Amino acid sequence: MLKIVNLHARIGDTEILKGLTLELGAGKVHAIMGPNGSGKSTLASILAGRDEYEVTEGSITFEGVDLLELDATERAVAGIFLAFQYPVEIPGVSNINFLRTAINSIREQREEGPLSGKDFLAKVKACAQLVELDGKLRDRSVNEGFSGGEKKRNEIFQMAMLEPKLAILDETDSGLDIDALRIVSHGVNTMRDPNRSFLVITHYQRLLDHIVPDHVHVLAGGRIVHSGGKELALELEKKGYDWILDAQAEKA
Amino acid sequence: MSAKEDNPLLDEFTRKEYEFGFTTDIEADKVPPGLNEDVIRLISAKKEEPQWMLDWRLQAFEVWNTMEEPDWAHVNYTKPDYQAISYYSAPKSKVPLGSLDEVDPELRATMDKLGISTEEQKRLSGVAVDFVMDSVSVATSFKDKLAELGIIFCSMSEAIKEHPELVRKHLGTVVPVKDNFFSALNSAVFTDGSFCYIPKGSRCPMELSTYFRINEAGTGQFERTLLIAEEGSYVSYLEGCTAPQRDENQLHAAVVELIAKDDAEIKYSTVQNWYPGDAEGKGGVFNFVTKRGICETRAKISWTQVETGSAVTWKYPSCILKGDGSVGEFYSVAVTNNAQQADTGTKMVHLGANTHSTIISKGISAGNSQNSYRGLVQMGPRARNARNFSQCDSLLMTDTSGAHTFPYIESKHPTAQVEHEATTSKIGEDQIFYCLQRGLTEEQAIGLIVNGYAKEVLNKLPMEFAVEARKLLTISLEGSVG
Repeated sequence: MLKIVNLHARIGDTEILKGLTLELGAGKVHAIMGPNGSGKSTLASILAGRDEYEVTEGSITFEGVDLLELDATERAVAGIFLAFQYPVEIPGVSNINFLRTAINSIREQREEGPLSGKDFLAKVKACAQLVELDGKLRDRSVNEGFSGGEKKRNEIFQMAMLEPKLAILDETDSGLDIDALRIVSHGVNTMRDPNRSFLVITHYQRLLDHIVPDHVHVLAGGRIVHSGGKELALELEKKGYDWILDAQAEKA
Repeated sequence: MSAKEDNPLLDEFTRKEYEFGFTTDIEADKVPPGLNEDVIRLISAKKEEPQWMLDWRLQAFEVWNTMEEPDWAHVNYTKPDYQAISYYSAPKSKVPLGSLDEVDPELRATMDKLGISTEEQKRLSGVAVDFVMDSVSVATSFKDKLAELGIIFCSMSEAIKEHPELVRKHLGTVVPVKDNFFSALNSAVFTDGSFCYIPKGSRCPMELSTYFRINEAGTGQFERTLLIAEEGSYVSYLEGCTAPQRDENQLHAAVVELIAKDDAEIKYSTVQNWYPGDAEGKGGVFNFVTKRGICETRAKISWTQVETGSAVTWKYPSCILKGDGSVGEFYSVAVTNNAQQADTGTKMVHLGANTHSTIISKGISAGNSQNSYRGLVQMGPRARNARNFSQCDSLLMTDTSGAHTFPYIESKHPTAQVEHEATTSKIGEDQIFYCLQRGLTEEQAIGLIVNGYAKEVLNKLPMEFAVEARKLLTISLEGSVG
């Protein structure tokens, strides 16, 4: 579904990704872990099409399409969703109006007719239930005055509404208490589907107790340096990253 | 868009004509450039005005001659040569265009985006067309309805002839001739405008818009509006339209006077979209407007404006809160793009006790434009327990645009309360990216963010007007983030 080959990218003069290679199959959950500053959030931003980053080498293909040729909007239309680490506030724009605009914009670009008001509201109701988002939050301005946990739940709510093919969760667990973590994970697990892949970026193994990944990758120094199954996360939790980094250094 | 379909009024006023396509072979109907007593006599004679009106104009001209054009506003422009302007030109003397293909394609694209039908576009652009609907008869039927209630709504010229006692009694009482340079000029040479009278206790059943005035005369350049709401009456008045209006006349100096008697309420909404000029501001309209209302006891005047047009705007719709318990409101969205300059705001003059005023101003600056809020809140010596709340927000779309706030507060009563809040923010790339990631186009993203920012003001507009105003904001700012 997603294939990243030898990706190099920089912001300004700083090279952040240095030959990252990664492949995600349909219906799989891949977790990316790694020390601070290893390039995890950069990877998420580049996949979503943020243009501050310059890709200098390598390729990204999504369902056979050259992703680097698409702008951010086109990637959303193609089915890529990013749950932001820091969801943005948009004052004066209700959550509902925002989502309706988004859904109908995507549908229009896919040459589908707009969702009827009735269908839209039914979907809102179902998705809001999934992440226990109450009516007030749905009607309030996008993320404005939301607590950290509410913002993250709102991201998952939007994901459920937009039904992406590839969902990238950028440190969705940061700033979540145990209850919010459970709610968010439940939302994600419910959304798991043979046709939907997840890229879960996290610092902590605890999220992966709830969202059990098929594969775990370690991103360090701008490259994937180690990959394994779900048990790798536990090992990292216990031993930290140093042993992998040391092994890398020895190889080099 | 159902609001539009449901509302023939809206449909109608969006068809208001704009002066486009003047050519030189209309000299016969045009007074030669220059301003002197003879020109004023000629204007008055052409309009068949009574002597008192002519005397009033001549006196105003005398006053104007002693005045200097003000330069305190935060705008920069070459002052017009007042002797090079023609002060009277008969309207309708335009040569119709053959087809829509002759219309400026950019203008057409804008009209397409505003959702204006081909038929309307033709009309707006001055293309010769057989009218399907007889606009005069439509307007007349509205007029009959209003007449039943004793409401007078007509052109100023007509009012001077038909209701001289009302005009004479009120004209210049809110904005005196000598108020400022432009009000004096307007008083001397005004060509036409609207007159509206709501009798005691009447509630005007429809939004009055300038379009319905059966008005053969062009009113663009020196428009004069007088609106009188008698005791306990109510009226909502709409001025302008969202379709871009081009005008050969570079200088616009309008005067609007509102009079709200005891317990009356006037809601005055404006959408101003005069031609802003090219990207350098060349050829745009100078819009120097004096708007003011006076509130008697417990009366209320509410100004709402969406300003997107003109090269230079100088405009301060104000309220004199004379009566005890009277209320003044000012809600404004001012957008400047490219080389536009706007210096706009309000004056709330609290004379009576327990008077309240609210000011919500939202400035949006894009391109290389300059956008200033200038406001005065004055609490007079009798203004016991008077209150004001002001909120002035500025949104910057680019690093090269400017936003400025000039609040003036004067309080002469110890119990008066004045609150002022101001913010300046830059439209976030984060906000835009967030929207794009959810599948919105950049245009939609900017539209959504800007409309969210201006929501408090847009919500004050009559519903059908608000729908168009939202689109207009988006269009005015297209491609302007940087």
